Amino acid sequence: MQRITRRAFLAFALLTAGVAQAQLSIEITGAGANRIPVAIADLLGDATASRVITSTVRSDLERSGLFKLIDTTGAALDENAQINHGDWKSRGADALAAGSIGRSPDGRMEARFRLYDTQKAVSLGGAAYITSNEQLRAAGHRIADYIYEKLTGEKGIFSTRIAYVVKSRGQFLLQIADADGQGAATALTSTEPIISPAWSPDGSKLAYVSFEKKKPVIYVHSLASGQRSIVANFKGSNSAPAWSPDGRKLAIVLSKDGNSQLYAVNADGSGLQRLTQSGGIDTEPRYSADGGTIFFTSDRGGSPQIYQVGASGGEARRVTFEGSYNVSPRPSPDGKSLAFISRREGRFQLATMDLASRQVQVLTDSNKDESPSFAPNSRMILIATEVGGRGVLSAVSSDGRIKQRLSVAAGDVREPAWGPFYK
Amino acid sequence: MKKLLIPALLSALILGCSSTPIPDENGGAPVESRGASSGVAPVTAGGVDANGLPRELTDPKSKLSQRSIYFDLDKYEVKDEYKDLVASHAKYLVANRGFKMLIQGNTDERGSREYNLSLGQKRAEAVKRSLVLLGAKEEQLESVSLGEEKPKNAGHDESAWSENRRADMLYKAADGRGEF
Repeated sequence: MQRITRRAFLAFALLTAGVAQAQLSIEITGAGANRIPVAIADLLGDATASRVITSTVRSDLERSGLFKLIDTTGAALDENAQINHGDWKSRGADALAAGSIGRSPDGRMEARFRLYDTQKAVSLGGAAYITSNEQLRAAGHRIADYIYEKLTGEKGIFSTRIAYVVKSRGQFLLQIADADGQGAATALTSTEPIISPAWSPDGSKLAYVSFEKKKPVIYVHSLASGQRSIVANFKGSNSAPAWSPDGRKLAIVLSKDGNSQLYAVNADGSGLQRLTQSGGIDTEPRYSADGGTIFFTSDRGGSPQIYQVGASGGEARRVTFEGSYNVSPRPSPDGKSLAFISRREGRFQLATMDLASRQVQVLTDSNKDESPSFAPNSRMILIATEVGGRGVLSAVSSDGRIKQRLSVAAGDVREPAWGPFYK
Repeated sequence: MKKLLIPALLSALILGCSSTPIPDENGGAPVESRGASSGVAPVTAGGVDANGLPRELTDPKSKLSQRSIYFDLDKYEVKDEYKDLVASHAKYLVANRGFKMLIQGNTDERGSREYNLSLGQKRAEAVKRSLVLLGAKEEQLESVSLGEEKPKNAGHDESAWSENRRADMLYKAADGRGEF
């Protein structure tokens, strides 16, 4: 419950750090095969607050592609109401959520709810979240996460945030939004390009590359305070930051000794250590989920392909073999698969590799996919792509079935990065 | 009072104007070709341009004003047709040890932004190595990459892309003035 208030503070700090603009809008272009039918009753209590919370819960669940919403015909039920399970079962609902919006004992606004399995006629549990008029959508995301986890067995990602860069009227805006594209706030505005944002594992900071010094330099930016520090500004180019899973180190790419090579550095910029020694390009490092190895892109074999090396260097092993251009490796948080961009007949498309079987699957039919980023539950992959000559973001389920498109009305969106689980 | 004030202001304006020479009063050259804002390059004493660089680096008649080297797709070798140009710049850097050069590598928009950043770096590095082989000193040179981020041509076809696969050479004089 304290978490929601902390989040409120964070959101406020973000809003004051920059003017919110360029809201993302979402369009869903696919759905899962077996969707769970679920009924979300209106919350009892303040009608306006109830509407904001329930509509957030409903659209979160629907957008995931894993749920089918059953019409509740305006029924408002609180968390203690007697449930006629047979009735809901006959309406087609396998699950029902009911709750209320009221006051906590100390006078703050509180959203409470309970989730029922109508088939077994049992409660699956419930929760209460302290909220406020400004944080009703956040409370809705938390409820949706709870329902998602109870019904699918996996953690929900509705309370997570995403970062991305908007290019609009000659300006580059580094923005942070909720995973549904709402509540966008600008963390950094620059007249020079910003690329490669990467979330710290605790979600409090972003590392990125900014060209504000007329060349690529790596920064770490604390979102709540807006404080920025330079992690790497060596001779040549400094790029492609990636956090180690413990948040203590960054794998980076420097060209200070000639070509782009991988290095590791402490998050404060100290303790630089070279990881690769090749005559070609080594770039786009990403730590594996266990932190033991680093996936990266290299042209050491003649064309850009994905390789894997120990987290402190050593012998590199080639990972991709099909085709002449496989780049931007992103290991999934569950450690099972690798997302990357593959060029096929001149088209750049999102692909995944099952790391156990090495089986490759192409997930999109696009021309210009870039910068994949896994949701923290490994279920969805966020990418930058192009529609009608304009940059948009697209979220694709790991099996390729569900696709959502996020676009900004007045600009190009690119360089998405999905943040960690909300703690 | 108001009515009186306006003519008074107008006459003041006319008086103000009449103190500056009216260009084509004497039937001279057309007005458009005169004045600092219309086709006359500002000259600073000492033979340097507006950036404080010697004119031989920026005068379109001088070979040294050519600062771009173009590359083939996915390639970073300096092509033979640019060897002369690189040699001219190397010669200048050898003769002017106090001068520094920033080489910015660029790529077209296709593919990974980060991979393109490294590809642009390789292009800039290839130009740097050629200059060093011809006598320029490491300390005079820095190669960086702008990747696909700063296209010269914003188009999305081969003619735009070929203009964007490029390394640019920027100069800085010994006194710190220059193009970067």
